[in-house]
Amino acid sequence: MGRYVARRLLQMIPVFIGTTLLIFLMVYALPGDPVRGLFGDKGASPAVLRSLRHEYGLDKPVLVQYWDYMRGMILHFDFGTQVASGRPVTDILGDAFPVTLRLAGMAFVFEAVLGIVLGIISGMRAGKAVDTVILVVTLLLISIPIFVLGYIFQTVFAFKLNLLDPSVSDATDYSQLLMPAIVLASVSLAYVARLTRTSVAENLRADYMRTAIAKGLPRRRVVGVHLMRNSLIPVVTFLGTDLGALMGGAIVTEGIFNIHGVGGTIYQAIIRREGTTLVGLVTILVLVYLFCSLIVDLLYAVLDPRIRYA
Amino acid sequence: MPELTKSADEATKAAAGAAAGATLPEPKPEKTRSLWGDAWQDLRTNWVFVVSAVLILLLLVMAAWPGLFTGADPNDKDLANHYLQHPHYGNVFSADWLGYDAQGRSVYARAIYGTRASLLVGAGTTVVVVLFGGLVGMLAGYFGGWIDAVLSRVTDMFMGIPFLLGAMVALNSFTERSIPVVIGALAFLGWTQTARVMRGSVITVKSTDYVQAAKALGAGTRRILFRHVLPNAVAPVIVVATISLGIYIGAEATLSFLGLGLNGVSWGNDISDGGNSIRVAQFIMLYPSIMLSITVLAFIMLGEAVRNALDPKTR
Amino acid sequence: MTTIEETTPVPSPRDAGADGGPLLDVRDLHVEFHTREGVVKAVNGVNYSVAAGETLAVLGESGSGKSVTAQAIMGILDMPPGKIPQGEIRFRGQDMLAMSAEERRKIRGSRIAMIFQDALSSLNPVLTVGYQLGEMFRVHQGMSKKDAKAKAIELMDRVKIPAAAARVNDYPHQFSGGMRQRIMIAMALALEPELIIADEPTTALDVTVQAQVMDLLAELQREFNMGLILITHDLGVVADVADKIAVMYAGRIVEQAPVHELYKRPAHPYTRGLLDSIPRLDQKGQELYAIKGLPPNLLRVPSGCAFNPRCPKAQDICTTEIPRLFPVTEQDGTPVTGRTSACHFWKETIHG
Repeated sequence: MGRYVARRLLQMIPVFIGTTLLIFLMVYALPGDPVRGLFGDKGASPAVLRSLRHEYGLDKPVLVQYWDYMRGMILHFDFGTQVASGRPVTDILGDAFPVTLRLAGMAFVFEAVLGIVLGIISGMRAGKAVDTVILVVTLLLISIPIFVLGYIFQTVFAFKLNLLDPSVSDATDYSQLLMPAIVLASVSLAYVARLTRTSVAENLRADYMRTAIAKGLPRRRVVGVHLMRNSLIPVVTFLGTDLGALMGGAIVTEGIFNIHGVGGTIYQAIIRREGTTLVGLVTILVLVYLFCSLIVDLLYAVLDPRIRYA
Repeated sequence: MPELTKSADEATKAAAGAAAGATLPEPKPEKTRSLWGDAWQDLRTNWVFVVSAVLILLLLVMAAWPGLFTGADPNDKDLANHYLQHPHYGNVFSADWLGYDAQGRSVYARAIYGTRASLLVGAGTTVVVVLFGGLVGMLAGYFGGWIDAVLSRVTDMFMGIPFLLGAMVALNSFTERSIPVVIGALAFLGWTQTARVMRGSVITVKSTDYVQAAKALGAGTRRILFRHVLPNAVAPVIVVATISLGIYIGAEATLSFLGLGLNGVSWGNDISDGGNSIRVAQFIMLYPSIMLSITVLAFIMLGEAVRNALDPKTR
Repeated sequence: MTTIEETTPVPSPRDAGADGGPLLDVRDLHVEFHTREGVVKAVNGVNYSVAAGETLAVLGESGSGKSVTAQAIMGILDMPPGKIPQGEIRFRGQDMLAMSAEERRKIRGSRIAMIFQDALSSLNPVLTVGYQLGEMFRVHQGMSKKDAKAKAIELMDRVKIPAAAARVNDYPHQFSGGMRQRIMIAMALALEPELIIADEPTTALDVTVQAQVMDLLAELQREFNMGLILITHDLGVVADVADKIAVMYAGRIVEQAPVHELYKRPAHPYTRGLLDSIPRLDQKGQELYAIKGLPPNLLRVPSGCAFNPRCPKAQDICTTEIPRLFPVTEQDGTPVTGRTSACHFWKETIHG
């Protein structure tokens, strides 16, 4: 087990370096200029631009910039400075991160609970009417882009029924985050439900299920212990990797519902071409993603003894 | 005992017809069908497949010859037709059928003309992703060892960046966002899933007896890869590609919504524009949304139907 | 089998169970599966019985309905698509098909247990063997987790798994094939059932391990005086352990006989074909006999005797009339106990 963790951690190092470098290259190597973006359409004198570039180290080769950046990050926990405000990226994240974490956390709970429940119902009654209804609904959720769904929710629940606020004014109020969280969760929820369904339906036909019945176990034990313990392994794996995806996916949801979280900050950074801010933010998302996938791997090994010693 | 001899006697007396009858019950040899042949038999009678295939055909026609469906020009602006001034339901199939948007453009014509951009982006991205991701996955899966280690880590690197985010960053650098640019941005991070699926599939096929047999018979690597491994490993990739095609169309619309999409007529742009007048005129957003969702749905349904047909376990 | 005290080595059909009748009595059992392609008639009127301490071997190719019959007895058929339109399965005189689901569940595992072919897939991969063995005691006897684990170790000892106490927390994939099958046997034996159904218990094992597992099974059966239904397609396995044999083909029993009788003089061409296709040392160099053709498609069973397209002795009557199970007699007409054959020409087959 210890060796397994160590190997996974070692594998993560090149991935982390590669992913951050990739982001760095995308931000700096593609056409466009983060400093010029500061001045809008009016532009600035070449001298000013040059001095600013020098200040941010933008006149050095990209790889040197990357090296400096990574060194600052690892040695001083310095993720860079936001060009527009001059504040450290860690400060900005400190404001935005809790908001998105709350939103993504709520969405995650919806996704996990509702997705698994629907999936189990559907898988246990594969081919029946309930199954068909759940399959159709989840298919629709996957097909309707999230921003359209956001508009539909806003129109129906806020404008027509006046049940909820159309946008979030206080991001610490969970009742206000309810609607955005459902919208954010919808696509993942549909995937979880479908994955659970497939897994349950497949395991229902497994030989060991027949054995469990032949042992004279009561149905709730056959399903609750033998079926679930096996069926939920891929679902848990998916849920783990999806937590990171939810945080990335929050860009759209936060935009529609006017939530000031990581998504909104990233969006602003992209539009304003604030390279350092963007790299800092995305680096943190990558870390979250890598952390999640490590947890998933460990969970997988715990849940499925067949991999543990492989 | 007596009945036995009697029937035996009858049998000998019986005419040639009876003898012919005796050979009849021989079970007809089952026609052996290939994986795809089997799947096709299954698909032909599957309503999900038929419905999605017909929808996709219709959308293809719409994308190729939008003029067949509407005589109106999607770019014609006439503020006299602004949705606040003009009743928004008119004659079926005419320019004013679904009303006009905030710039006085025909919602119906734009919904029809938007098809081409969406399908081109979806199909183009899928082709690039399947070719590139498929190649990476095939090499990693077939050769294993350090090649697999390197390619898999590279795949992980690209996977670490959220898909939409990467596309946004890439597109933000372009002011002229044409269809190839959008395809490139989507494929840039999109290939990883295909690579993973292909890799897993190739690893499974690689260990099968017929590939081992081909190796034992001394077939060259290229021949084994393209004649034996690829045709048998490609099925799950095709399924994922079909479903992803729908997802890419959705992603393109989402990028348009974020202001980073295609220039020109596209559903995403229209939905985004319609969002601005959502409190007073929901219909402007509604129709392109319906078109978009139906298109995405059609590809996902097609992919799932093919998957179920190829994998009888899920029935 | 000679060490059994209460039962005779060659049992009669009316062999006495604990309460006078046979332990298990299957009467005119039919099972069909409703599929998209049509109705598959997997079992078409099977009759057999097993007494306590007796071993019945059910022989047949795959698709002959031997496993489906066993699953119907266990009550683990998937229904739907499975359906039992007709028949009785009497266990100690009571028809199990008329029982409630809960009554049947209580019988399963504790009074009738089953051993499956592939122990690797039949054991739950994510639970320890100790848990899976102990589950029997916890569910059927309400035992505590701790006591159940102690019992599990005891069981593993009993089926001769080395270092049972150390291995009780291992997972199925950590055992060898033979050891896994021993665990399956231990699980079936846990509550000392009256009847065990073993569905191809040794097919997935190496030949050397096969013998060990069969010996263990036979030994434990003797010890507990259990009835045993041994389902197999391997005539070699049957000869040593079975008391009587039922040969199945296309969902019917085509021949039933005490084991040595059947080997000596088969009364059905199918049985004869099976016996002739066993490789024998004294026929070295000769071409091995094989029954021509394929087992029938159960969606389109041939009319008359289902075996007729493959039968070397088939006459016209074989294509028109389904042969009933004829009682087999000696040439002079004296009945042979426990022998039946579903062949129009059984006489010629056995005596000719």
